[in-house]
Amino acid sequence: MSARAPKLEVEGLQKRFGGLTAVRDVSFSIQAGEILGLIGPNGSGKSTVMKSILGVERPDAGSVRVDGREVAGWPPHRIARLGVGMVFQHSRPLYRQTVIENIILGLLPDRLMHLLPLAATDARARAIAERVGLAGVLNRRPSTLPFADLRKMEIAKAIARDPQVVLIDEPFAGLTARETASFAALIAEMRADGRAVLIVDHNVKSISALVDRIYAMHVGERIAEGTVEEVMANPTVRKVYLGGALETAARPETAFGDAQTPFLEIDNLNVVYGKAQALENVSLHVHQGEFVAIVGLNGAGKTTLFNAVSGLVPYAGDIRRQGRTLRGRTAATIARDGVVQSPEGRELFGAMTVSENLDMGGHRLPDNVRAERREWLFDLFPVLKERRSQTAATLSGGEQQMLTIARALMMKPDLLILDEPTLGLAPVIMEQISKALARLRQATEMTVLLGEQNVTFALPHADRVYVLEHGRIAWEGDPSRFAAEAGARYL
Amino acid sequence: MLRRALLSPPVLISLIVVVVASTLPLYVSGYVLGLLTIAYYFGVFSMAWDLLFGFANEVNFGPSFLIGLGAYTAGILDSLYQPPIALCVAAGVIAAMIGGLVLALPALRVRGPYFGLTTLVAVLILQNFVVVAASLTGGEIGLTVPDVISIDDKVNYWIALGFMAVSGAILYGLSRSPVGLILEASGQDPVQAGALGFNVVKHKLAAFLVSAFFSGLAGALMAFYLGAASVGTFIDVTVGVQVIIGAVIGGRRTILGAALGAVFLVALGETLRPLGDLATFIVSAVALFVVLFFPAGLLGMVKGVREAT
Repeated sequence: MSARAPKLEVEGLQKRFGGLTAVRDVSFSIQAGEILGLIGPNGSGKSTVMKSILGVERPDAGSVRVDGREVAGWPPHRIARLGVGMVFQHSRPLYRQTVIENIILGLLPDRLMHLLPLAATDARARAIAERVGLAGVLNRRPSTLPFADLRKMEIAKAIARDPQVVLIDEPFAGLTARETASFAALIAEMRADGRAVLIVDHNVKSISALVDRIYAMHVGERIAEGTVEEVMANPTVRKVYLGGALETAARPETAFGDAQTPFLEIDNLNVVYGKAQALENVSLHVHQGEFVAIVGLNGAGKTTLFNAVSGLVPYAGDIRRQGRTLRGRTAATIARDGVVQSPEGRELFGAMTVSENLDMGGHRLPDNVRAERREWLFDLFPVLKERRSQTAATLSGGEQQMLTIARALMMKPDLLILDEPTLGLAPVIMEQISKALARLRQATEMTVLLGEQNVTFALPHADRVYVLEHGRIAWEGDPSRFAAEAGARYL
Repeated sequence: MLRRALLSPPVLISLIVVVVASTLPLYVSGYVLGLLTIAYYFGVFSMAWDLLFGFANEVNFGPSFLIGLGAYTAGILDSLYQPPIALCVAAGVIAAMIGGLVLALPALRVRGPYFGLTTLVAVLILQNFVVVAASLTGGEIGLTVPDVISIDDKVNYWIALGFMAVSGAILYGLSRSPVGLILEASGQDPVQAGALGFNVVKHKLAAFLVSAFFSGLAGALMAFYLGAASVGTFIDVTVGVQVIIGAVIGGRRTILGAALGAVFLVALGETLRPLGDLATFIVSAVALFVVLFFPAGLLGMVKGVREAT
């Protein structure tokens, strides 16, 4: 094997889930001592690529070579033993054991008869802990550690077996600027040690200082490859992340009659999940009849914001509807009074037919109104009419998304919350949903709050845009000014 | 790590309890000894079950499948050919382990609640088999096991106590060993355990076999203590439920707590026996109360208080 042979080679990788091709013809390689950033918006297939390398998913075609050996289709433990380590974004450490015991776990051989601990293992675990900066907390339990230390513990476990290839999933999610710097230093150290590192993330910006090259994906395919500058200048990347020349149709804020008391007001909203601050002092408002887009990457806090409005998560701060606080009201009453969410996870009743799902949404309406409403929705989404006696679980992703929106509309909402309606959908389906939204905006008085990371989809509909970043409002304004003022932070 | 585990308070307290318990035959009645003998076997059933639930994170609703295989195989062999008792017991253990393997191999491939359902169905199949093959198994009337290990109450008591103590030491040691750590990680986050290089199915299967070994062995020994085997004492779903509740109220992931819970449950049921059907109700209510309000169980409660301070 020559010295320049790559540590990790992926060639012609393909993975299908049912009819959906999640990954199509992806090829890249990483040398020892090199960091490759694999980026793409949600649903671009980057996680599937990572899982295929790890052996959690079995690729349908193509090859994955570690140090020249073909591993496609192997079970994860064999791939791991060949020298692939993974730093998970979400993991469940051993909560009853101490930090040092968690690191020792990463050093144990996969043998059933290994019954007595070895002093050498203990010493190695201590050395690794020292290296990642956990020396001071060795005997604490994971549940008592700050979030950044938990992430360091994951790094310690991943490098325990001295892997040649390290995969890192969204390394900086949930970390503060200072923690990010020390975490980045640890990753740079892996490069210095001669490991091949693959970082998977949503956008270029967060990892630009660290990576040697970038491979950008969109809907399962490669769209660009090269240095950070090359990828950021790439027209396709700019189009995917920022949208092309946008047609916007924003109405000025003064056009809405409720300037004194907007329909929805959110004041200083804070939501904390365990140790992670999901939302920090978020304040915004939505006028009656207005179409407001909240754009932000995965993990920015969009879903948390919507769940707070819907009364599904506890929060500090205030949320008012037409001047009256929603605090203390149950999720059911908030929804019944007309604040209805079309959730990101869709949450359809999979075993029920399309019609039955719609009837569940309109169960409180009188029979004739419900029938009328259903006809109107069949007109809005004609494909649902064709599929009406099919069960929801057998629909395609796009049809399920339409049904989710239609079911929410059956409840006759005053405020419709759409959480990532384009997640994982093909462009042609996005266009159909986009047309339906345009019709809703023209034909009804409905107020809409749209959460999206797909800016191209969101901006043409929006009257006003908020950019949510790391749980804070980073920008607010007119969609026509978005690309110039907020575009850079979105690449 | 090992030395600290060996000298930890649960181990020291258990040692003292075993030493004290071994002196009981000197001053308690034969009735109490008989009751505790059964309770100790149940203690082993519950500890073996906790290895699966607490560490491998697999809910086995069919502990009585493994227990019943051990008891009936040993009993039937004895009633047919009267070989040495040790041979019958060994056959019972092997049957339980083979049965466990046949059950676990396909069951570990299915996810979530289906593993539990598979184990539950296995109990029903075994129960029906015993009833149908009455000429071999004694059917609903029960099987008479001609030999007993000893007719002396005290000897039987010491055998059961010693057996529980040794089983507990092995299972507890296993749970605290490096493989125990791997097993716990496999139960908690199988994807990550795989990414760390551990063959998750292998470790869970091994845990299932260890659990089957102790369940079958305890079942066979208990059959030779009772001199009889019946569906109601070894296989019925209620037997399995008692094993599970014992482990849960004793404290999940503690092994030793499971023995404590099982003994407590048998003792409570017997103490309340004069109340008739009401006794079952009270025992169930206590179990429900512990599960709802103290999900960590009796031992978990004590440990929780200690860790919090």
